[in-house]
Amino acid sequence: MASIDIVGIRKAYGALQILHGIDLTIRDGEFIVLVGPSGCGKSTLLRMIAGLEDISAGEIRIDGRRVNDLPPRDRDIAMVFQSYALYPHMTVAENMSYSLRLRKTGREKIAAAIDGAASILGLNTLMERRPKALSGGQRQRVAMGRAIVRAPKAFLFDEPLSNLDARLREQMRGEIKKLHHSLSATSVYVTHDQIEAMTLADRIVALNGGVVQQVGTPLDLYDRPANLFVAGFIGSPAMNMIEGRYRSDRVSAWVELAEGLILPLHKTLQRAGIDEEEAADVEDGAAVTIGIRPEHIFLDPGVGGFEATVELIEPTGLGTILHLRLGGVSFKAFSLERSDAAIGDRLSVSLPPERLHAFDAADGVRLI
Amino acid sequence: MRKRQIASTVAHRTAIVLYIAVALFPLYWLLKVSVTPNDLLYTEGVRLWPSRTGFEHYIFVLKHSDFPRFFANSLIVSGATAIIVTVLAATAGYALSRFTFRGKYWIVALMLLTQMFPLVMLVAPIFKMLSPLGLTNSLTGLVIVYVAFNVPFATFLMQSFFDGIPKELEEAAMIDGATRFRAFRQIILPLTLPGIAATLGFVFTAAWSELLFALMLISSTAASTFPVGLLSFVSKFSVDFGQMMAAGVMALIPACLFFLLIQRYLVQGLTAGAVKG
Repeated sequence: MASIDIVGIRKAYGALQILHGIDLTIRDGEFIVLVGPSGCGKSTLLRMIAGLEDISAGEIRIDGRRVNDLPPRDRDIAMVFQSYALYPHMTVAENMSYSLRLRKTGREKIAAAIDGAASILGLNTLMERRPKALSGGQRQRVAMGRAIVRAPKAFLFDEPLSNLDARLREQMRGEIKKLHHSLSATSVYVTHDQIEAMTLADRIVALNGGVVQQVGTPLDLYDRPANLFVAGFIGSPAMNMIEGRYRSDRVSAWVELAEGLILPLHKTLQRAGIDEEEAADVEDGAAVTIGIRPEHIFLDPGVGGFEATVELIEPTGLGTILHLRLGGVSFKAFSLERSDAAIGDRLSVSLPPERLHAFDAADGVRLI
Repeated sequence: MRKRQIASTVAHRTAIVLYIAVALFPLYWLLKVSVTPNDLLYTEGVRLWPSRTGFEHYIFVLKHSDFPRFFANSLIVSGATAIIVTVLAATAGYALSRFTFRGKYWIVALMLLTQMFPLVMLVAPIFKMLSPLGLTNSLTGLVIVYVAFNVPFATFLMQSFFDGIPKELEEAAMIDGATRFRAFRQIILPLTLPGIAATLGFVFTAAWSELLFALMLISSTAASTFPVGLLSFVSKFSVDFGQMMAAGVMALIPACLFFLLIQRYLVQGLTAGAVKG
């Protein structure tokens, strides 16, 4: 097992910049998830660690050793591809033993290694089959098996579950997590699915436009997103974003929303550990975006609520997603309660100040 | 509804049968004339099968003509051309499919350009080039010319086969510990066998039936290929149809054998199951 250091990594195809200077230290045994929308450069970064893409600038070190110019075969890493990339003309056993055969491992050792991997992954009965005779889930397991037989320094996963159906994806997600617990192997996992990121990661690296937006534990990103991008990307249903103006006097701070609605910020400031005096750094009258997660909106709080109109009701079984309109602002609320509201009903809602996030409306950076 | 279905099936089958009949009739005629004795050739008029058949044309062609030599020459030239072209096209096609390199665009453009001129235009300059090198009247010269003219198309053909193989496969192999060449040899090449078979077959038959260059570059009987040899049955005053057809039938045999050999690779989709799907 090994640590991976990524220092000032850049990637450009001609004039097109894909990665703009990525710095990241992956600790030994850590499970890192690179998450972001398509085209954000997450797969490119993973392929650079694997040695499948040239590095335009910067340095990658595996276990302290600079690997920029090492071919993939000398980096001692294993990779699981989105398409699985199983060798179609080889049986499952041959697929799994290929890397060991290339390394001239002894026959008994190979047999032991693939037996071990096969029983971990439940592949024992399939060893003589060709990939085309396997189901999607089985192929996925073989791809995993091919990676683990070798006990490499690090595992790289490039969206390994995105070709599976939802149920299988959930099951394999659990298995990957268990596997990581038992092998405690350094892993870098690329996905665009924030649920996978949240459930699997020790730390998440949120990428957008080739720039790291935030690095932190899943709950860090959920509780204190560093900017609007992370706030909108992590969490489902997505965080509500409401435009407003920051106001403060010497006593308190609040946000004016459209149509004269006022959101007090007092407790938000306290939670953020910011003195209200300090918060006055944010210019009075500055345009801000207020974020609140649908699951943090209280329905029927009794006193002190706003009157909102129900526009749409989406029952999820687990709870209910309500699409609400408050003046000119649309937002969603999620409740574990089954709602008996009907479209057009008026509901009282409250946005608890301690659950509010405030971002600079211009550059999206978190303010409070 | 059912009637309509039957009618459409009948029409469909009829069309296929008609097509096959039209396509295969010349072959049938070739066979028929080759077994018709000379004395019946003009006396019986147009008949689908002669009243008496014999193999005298075959025996004559094999025993008393230079045809066996032409045949051997053709086999050498076509075989060598097919193998050399396939090796060059496989490596070049792989490079075009997988790598970006300086001048790639121009190389492809030049290769396309070579395909645009009618060959007749090029006969004279090529003769002029090969003559001082002593490559006229030689099978080597012919192989060089055939290779040069077949490589571009064969390269594009191979490239399309490589394009159809996901590049993750060799990436996986390289991560597993293979060099790029080893990944090419152990992973990609076995999956490209249908493409290689198709290319071999295509180039072999193209070289086998080539007449223009063979005629222009070769004047000695010793180095003639069989299409040139067929012309030797045409003399100033008569055409020996029986012998010509017998030679033609025999010339079909290697091409048929060749396709019989490679047909298993032509129909097989070996890449099934490599990736999702």
